[in-house]
Amino acid sequence: MAANEKRDPASPTNVERKSDRDLVVTRTFNAPLRIVFEAWTKPELFQRWWAPKSFGITFISCQMDVRTGGNYRMELGHPSSEKPMAFFGRYIEVIPNARIVWTNDEGSEEGPVTTVTFEERGNETLVVFHDRYPSKETLDAAIASQATSGFGQQFEQLDALLAA
Amino acid sequence: MVQYAHLDASFAALSDATRRGVLEQLGRGDASITDLAEKFHMTLTGMKKHVGILEQAGLVATQKIGRVRTCKLGPRQLAEETAWIEAYRALWASRFDALDNLIEELKQKEKTDGRKRKA
Repeated sequence: MAANEKRDPASPTNVERKSDRDLVVTRTFNAPLRIVFEAWTKPELFQRWWAPKSFGITFISCQMDVRTGGNYRMELGHPSSEKPMAFFGRYIEVIPNARIVWTNDEGSEEGPVTTVTFEERGNETLVVFHDRYPSKETLDAAIASQATSGFGQQFEQLDALLAA
Repeated sequence: MVQYAHLDASFAALSDATRRGVLEQLGRGDASITDLAEKFHMTLTGMKKHVGILEQAGLVATQKIGRVRTCKLGPRQLAEETAWIEAYRALWASRFDALDNLIEELKQKEKTDGRKRKA
């Protein structure tokens, strides 16, 4: 392949609520599977993309023991919060170059189980990121906690407007 | 102008504390007008008026089954979920763009290392 080979434009990121309790994100990467898998499983690589700079999130620490039964713990910082946010859980299943399944245990209630699958398609790799919530109510609540906090802000602004 | 009329309707609907309370309540589950009137210590007629205003703004939908009129969150509330999914997609798109860049870097590195090994 020529060294000045042009990069294809990034493929689209698709998000779909597949059912009452399933949220699925898919994307295809123009690379062999083993490279994509490496970027998901080596903490020094994972840290470089999981927290997008444009969202102002930075890694404070990242421990990942990516094997069945292993644990992970990461601490992320954001300018709006004094304390770092901790995310942690356990790898329920790890099949190299195929599949990683982990729990999300940081919440006060039972969190979703995340399954990431990797599938080679020619020169490309399809990644499917799937969050399965324990129930419709927990996924609704996850959405509502964001949606209603936005709503709350609207109300406050509205109250201020009406009081003026 | 239709949109402005709609915006006016939601602002008016949301300007009242009881009506905001009703929305919060319906967020937890559907309820009949009688239930809502009791919860907010109000007459049935008073509650009907509030629900009517919320319904006009698209914030609440009602359905009469037998003699009971049940209220639930309206189509505007569903738009909240769509907005949330879009924000979630934006997070993943920037995450995956960063991953794309990293993968490209790893691919280049592999190529260079391969060439070095051959040389």
